[in-house]
Amino acid sequence: MKNNHRFRRAAGAALAASLLMGGLAACSSSGTTANAGAEGASAEDIAKALDTETTLTVWGWAPQLEPIVEAFEAKYPKVHVNLENVGTGNAHYTKLQNAVKAGSGAPDVAQIEYNALPQFALSDSLVNLKDFGAEELKDNYTASTWGSVNLNGGVYALPQDSGPMAMFYRADVFEKHGISIPTTWDEYVEAGKKLHAADPKAYITSDTGDAGFTTSMIWQAGGKPYTLDGSTKVAVDLQDEGAKKWTGTWNQLLKNDLLSPVTSWSDEWYKGLSDGSIATLIIGAWMPANLESGAEAASGKWRVAPMPTYEKGAAATAENGGGGDAVLKQSKNKAAAYGFLQFANGPEGSKIHAANGGFPSTTADLESDSFLNAENAYFGGQKINKVLVQASKDVVPGWSYLPFQTYANSIYSDTVGQAYGSKGELNDGLKAWQDATAKYGQQQGFTVTTK
Amino acid sequence: MTTTSPVADAPPLVQSRKRAGRWMGWAFVGPFMAVFLLVFVAPVLYAFYLSLFQNQMVGGDKFVGGANYLQALGDPQFWDSVIRVAVFLVVQVPIMLFLALFAALALDSGRLRASSFFRISVFLPYAVPAVVATLMWGFIYGPRFGLFGSINDFFGLNLGEPLSSSWILASIGNINTWEFTGYNMLIFYSALKVIPAELYEAANLDGAGTFRVIRSIKLPSIRGAIGIASIFSVIGSFQLFNEPNILKALAPNSISSYFTPNMYAFNLSFAGQQFNYAAAISIIMGVLTVVVAYVVQISGSRKDA
Amino acid sequence: MSVRLSPAHSRETSPKPSPAAKTRRSPAPTFNTRRRGVTRKRSSVLLTILMGVMAVYALLPLFWLVVNSTKTQTSLFSSFGLWFSGDFALWDNIVGTLTYNDGEFLRWLANTMLYVVVGAGGATFLATLAGYGLAKFDFPGKRGVFAVVLGAVAIPGTALAVPTFLMFSQMGLTNTPWSVIIPSLISPFGLYLVWIYALESVPTEVLEAARMDGAGEFRTFFTISLRMLAPGFITVLLFTVVATWNNYFLPLIMLSQSTWYPLTVGLNSWNAQATTAGGEAIYNLVITGSLLTIVPIVGAFLFLQRFWQSGLSAGSVK
Repeated sequence: MKNNHRFRRAAGAALAASLLMGGLAACSSSGTTANAGAEGASAEDIAKALDTETTLTVWGWAPQLEPIVEAFEAKYPKVHVNLENVGTGNAHYTKLQNAVKAGSGAPDVAQIEYNALPQFALSDSLVNLKDFGAEELKDNYTASTWGSVNLNGGVYALPQDSGPMAMFYRADVFEKHGISIPTTWDEYVEAGKKLHAADPKAYITSDTGDAGFTTSMIWQAGGKPYTLDGSTKVAVDLQDEGAKKWTGTWNQLLKNDLLSPVTSWSDEWYKGLSDGSIATLIIGAWMPANLESGAEAASGKWRVAPMPTYEKGAAATAENGGGGDAVLKQSKNKAAAYGFLQFANGPEGSKIHAANGGFPSTTADLESDSFLNAENAYFGGQKINKVLVQASKDVVPGWSYLPFQTYANSIYSDTVGQAYGSKGELNDGLKAWQDATAKYGQQQGFTVTTK
Repeated sequence: MTTTSPVADAPPLVQSRKRAGRWMGWAFVGPFMAVFLLVFVAPVLYAFYLSLFQNQMVGGDKFVGGANYLQALGDPQFWDSVIRVAVFLVVQVPIMLFLALFAALALDSGRLRASSFFRISVFLPYAVPAVVATLMWGFIYGPRFGLFGSINDFFGLNLGEPLSSSWILASIGNINTWEFTGYNMLIFYSALKVIPAELYEAANLDGAGTFRVIRSIKLPSIRGAIGIASIFSVIGSFQLFNEPNILKALAPNSISSYFTPNMYAFNLSFAGQQFNYAAAISIIMGVLTVVVAYVVQISGSRKDA
Repeated sequence: MSVRLSPAHSRETSPKPSPAAKTRRSPAPTFNTRRRGVTRKRSSVLLTILMGVMAVYALLPLFWLVVNSTKTQTSLFSSFGLWFSGDFALWDNIVGTLTYNDGEFLRWLANTMLYVVVGAGGATFLATLAGYGLAKFDFPGKRGVFAVVLGAVAIPGTALAVPTFLMFSQMGLTNTPWSVIIPSLISPFGLYLVWIYALESVPTEVLEAARMDGAGEFRTFFTISLRMLAPGFITVLLFTVVATWNNYFLPLIMLSQSTWYPLTVGLNSWNAQATTAGGEAIYNLVITGSLLTIVPIVGAFLFLQRFWQSGLSAGSVK
């Protein structure tokens, strides 16, 4: 109270200064996280680091990073940021892992998706941000994204984007064939049959097997295939109830040839999304930006609906993709690096992120009126964020990934992918995947239990 | 070293040069060998060193001796990949070399119209980077919407799906054939051009026909070129990597992470951090390649006799 | 130096090597002229048709590339692949390719040029020097050199990638142009080619004569031998240029900043961009960029074909 009062009195005098500083509100909010006092750095240290001539290296591929870095440099002119795109997804992790292995050459800050975070966090490559007081930021983020960066009692990244899943669908295709929009998986399968019967070139969706998609689908179905106990014990169970629920639905689509055999993210896929031969996508909330650039021709035809569920009316969804930014242990300037995170993943950065087509993980942005009520022209003016933000609240809690998820995902196509290829039984594929994953875990010295 | 001096000095200089001359060659070969040691020999030795250890995420490094080699020898995925490149080698290399040889003989026959056009056009793909070639063929192979799809639709055909697991090896073989036929053709063609004219004149006097000339003069004369081309093709097949690795994005289920030995080693080390095991696999592949290349050479020279 | 060099130069080159050299050098210079005085043969229709099929096979994908670089991304997805369709967008695509993301394509082009000039140039120089040394000198360890070089060619590139990466990383070379240039300085095939070529085309008598005249070995090399080696040299240069121009795997591993990417890695990163959340799909630019990437190298080949064809011939006789 007292502070506030004094602030108001001094306001007039400080007006010029505050104008110069720009985001004063944001500054004061980070000021409250100040007195962490642990081995990391206090708010004063961070502020001092940001006011010292420094160069920070940031690795990331998210297109929103560029405007965020520009704004950061404008605000902290003494800190110069080298933003480097070293590759996308696995290529990026490979380079990061190489730099960690080589003992030098890693950036100060790196973008890391939620499913790859355990690998880097548990191999001791990342700074525990609790030492900088990150714990206090918990309430700024959605529960599911905060849960994803919170591993073994540490906080290893600040969330940037999130990917609560929803169903993107072609309103024109459904209308043309008089099919109603599915809300449950049973209806979804039925819709798939009707659609393909009406137009043999059209499919309800495309899927040739994708590790990220599979794990998210199991997540939605309530499965918990990966559990961590400490940093060396893991359990892998891809035969649990959730996994079976998903394969029960998906086997029907696969075996009846109702899935377009087009690989996601290929040029053919974008082509299918443009011409309506792929009628729905079950995918993360970050998809709109990709549709707008990759399937320009379909502008006005796509809509968003909640992800179908197993029980009618019981909303449930999962996270698909999304990630945050972490500080590397190799960084020589961790205080400034954390200062960058506070900006990029805090209120200021997340606004820029959302304005550039990202889907935020910060509750303030998700709940803001302007975000919720934005009408998206590509989606025929639909207020898509209403659906997507609701999805972020319906994420099934309690999920975790493996500390070697990147490798597990790299052998997905050798196992589950084979079931897709031969239109076989997905459960068998999952079993093979589980066994291969467990074997690798054991080779890496983990204690692995399987069902 | 350029102590040029009057001719009178010549004898002693030659003397001294003969002594120094024993090592003079190294002055020329030395720079090459120095870089060679740095970028070939040192990494090979380092790879061998790495292959004797094991690194775990939990537990760190430990010396395991030959354990990685034993593991590789009993690793079905490794052998699966070796057999795949062996099949590739046995099928693709002969087809490619045959096409190249045919084209070279056709160019050399002097019975071709616009031969320089053909020579250049068949050779052009060699100048296309493997990455670009694979991206391009990847677009073309697309079964639904790609060029293949268009052709199928247009002619009402069903030419199969180039990216399905039963066709993928052939599709990759096609990319490689497309890239390297012209290159091999040129090697053969250049060799054909330097066959001394006297040989042909003699054959003409004997009244030998075209095929007779090919069999008894042309082919034997370019045996050396065929040998070199075969060895480089063998090495190339065993090292197959770029094409399947880029196509994997389009056909994840047809191209496994252990599709070729190189891909297996790459995935093990970069996705799985099993640098040590990957090093062992690479060294085994190196030895295998040397052996196969040697066998090819031996069998080539046995035909001499 | 140069003062003393010039008289020696003229003394050595002009008179001495005449008859011997000319006959021994025979393979190289004679290729370009018509070899056989044989009467012109009748052309064969069948042969021409068969070769026509091969030419179509070779050119069709390139034709596809040209056709599709004239399309916008939208018409790329909606039209038949082998013919022009929609607006003619080639110029827009070229401008788009060159200016996308602050003109990073041009930056990659410049990088590629740097790698080609220093890497391929250096590789050719080292291979020429060494090949000549192997051909014209007897020295201790000569057999060993060739055995080691041939053996090393058989080791898969990826086998060396990880150890090389770790080594370079410890030397602080990763993520610098050197990490791409140094490994491309070695061309075993180039070494082999020059070696064979030097055996054929640089007569030992000429070297003996130069030695008699008191010229140093290196001066002899630069003033006399190099000229005789020119076709072999240019052939090696072209092949190393292609190799560095097309280099993909090594820079992919060594470089983490896109500012040092060569064109191949850059193009693939554009292609990968469509696969990321929020990433922009730019297939039309990938296709146009591919076309622009192959134009210079194809041009170089066409332009220099006289030279490399004769060089190759010599390499393949043995």
